[in-house]
Amino acid sequence: MARLLDAVASRRDIAAFEKLFRHFGPKVKTYMLKQTKNLHMAEELMQETMITVWRKADLYDAARGTVSAWIFTIARNLFISACRKQKRPEFDPNDPAFVPAVTEPADVGLASRQDAETLRAALRDLPPEQRELVQRSFFSDVPHSTLAEEFGLPLGTVKSRIRMAIAKLRKNMEDRR
Amino acid sequence: MNVRHHVSDDLLSAYATGELVEGWSLAVATHLALCPDCRNRLRDFEAIAGELFEGLPASTDDMGSSWAQLSQRLADPSDGIIPAARQGVVASASRAPVLPEPLRSYVGSDALALKWKPLGRGAYQVPIPTGDGVTSVRLLRIPAGRPVPEHSHGGRELTLVLAGSFSDEKGRFCRGDIEEADEELQHQPIAGAGEDCICLAVTDAPLRFKSRLLRLIQPVLGI
Ligand SMILES: [Zn+2]
Ligand SMILES: [Zn+2]
Repeated sequence: MARLLDAVASRRDIAAFEKLFRHFGPKVKTYMLKQTKNLHMAEELMQETMITVWRKADLYDAARGTVSAWIFTIARNLFISACRKQKRPEFDPNDPAFVPAVTEPADVGLASRQDAETLRAALRDLPPEQRELVQRSFFSDVPHSTLAEEFGLPLGTVKSRIRMAIAKLRKNMEDRR
Repeated sequence: MNVRHHVSDDLLSAYATGELVEGWSLAVATHLALCPDCRNRLRDFEAIAGELFEGLPASTDDMGSSWAQLSQRLADPSDGIIPAARQGVVASASRAPVLPEPLRSYVGSDALALKWKPLGRGAYQVPIPTGDGVTSVRLLRIPAGRPVPEHSHGGRELTLVLAGSFSDEKGRFCRGDIEEADEELQHQPIAGAGEDCICLAVTDAPLRFKSRLLRLIQPVLGI
């Protein structure tokens, strides 16, 4: 995926972009439909997301994470500004008050590729119930209270299981460093 | 500078997924500008979100017509251009600003140039409007060595220190430190000596002051 995105950034390669679109477009649409519950808006926001990928392909930094993670943040920000009419406050690394990290890890590109692999394995290893809880709570598909009802669990239990699962995923990533 | 009080996992993951409304997000993003550790944690949460996103089922709708529409836009030269980055509020060149971005752009200038409104007892505030309709956001300036009246919380309160310091039951908070308080915490923060404490405070319910008098004038102060 990173290679396809690179072809878009450096050569404006439409064939490469179509491949990205065929892979991510349907996922972005599912995400937008979950968020908006509106088919027309989901389609529009999906197209907006993918055109942003086309425009900003050169801003993708493999050291910062996977292509999926990058496209997710684009979709997320578009959803927030279009539907919630709210700004998305973000830090600015070029601001004179910004505090940079003291040490940069040697090969962040490699580290983030390994992170992604570790994470994929860790997600596979989660008990199915936990995986489903995490997945559905992450994309505000339904409120925690509805999940609790559906799974026949007290609300507190649902919240603590989600928290545990996320902690487990993060621990896997930290252990690799 | 070493940040010792950080953003909780709950807040940070909600910020990563975009669930967190604007007011809380402003406090989290401003902490992130001052805290490399939490930026690393944010990257983890965004990686998790990215993997879960990758695992979403593909929409079964026909994507053929979507692609036909989209590929036409690719030929439009205005779609090939990256829009210029938003210009933030520039701080005076000589020294690093007290207020980092994104906060500085929200209030329109650095701390010294702001129109501070008196809150009584030497304290000042600058209310910060947001679009979420849930939180109330303000900058507070507490004179050095002076206490904030003792209170508990009707909901959640985030306090991010930007200058000076304060101490309460949970410890000492300096520049970059963030305190997350809820219904269970009753506290009386006291500004550290030597320098006025400037902090960003976000709440979603009015504070519950212990003093009857303060409860009486609370609506006037809008706090
Ligand atoms: Zn931190
Ligand atoms: Zn408080």
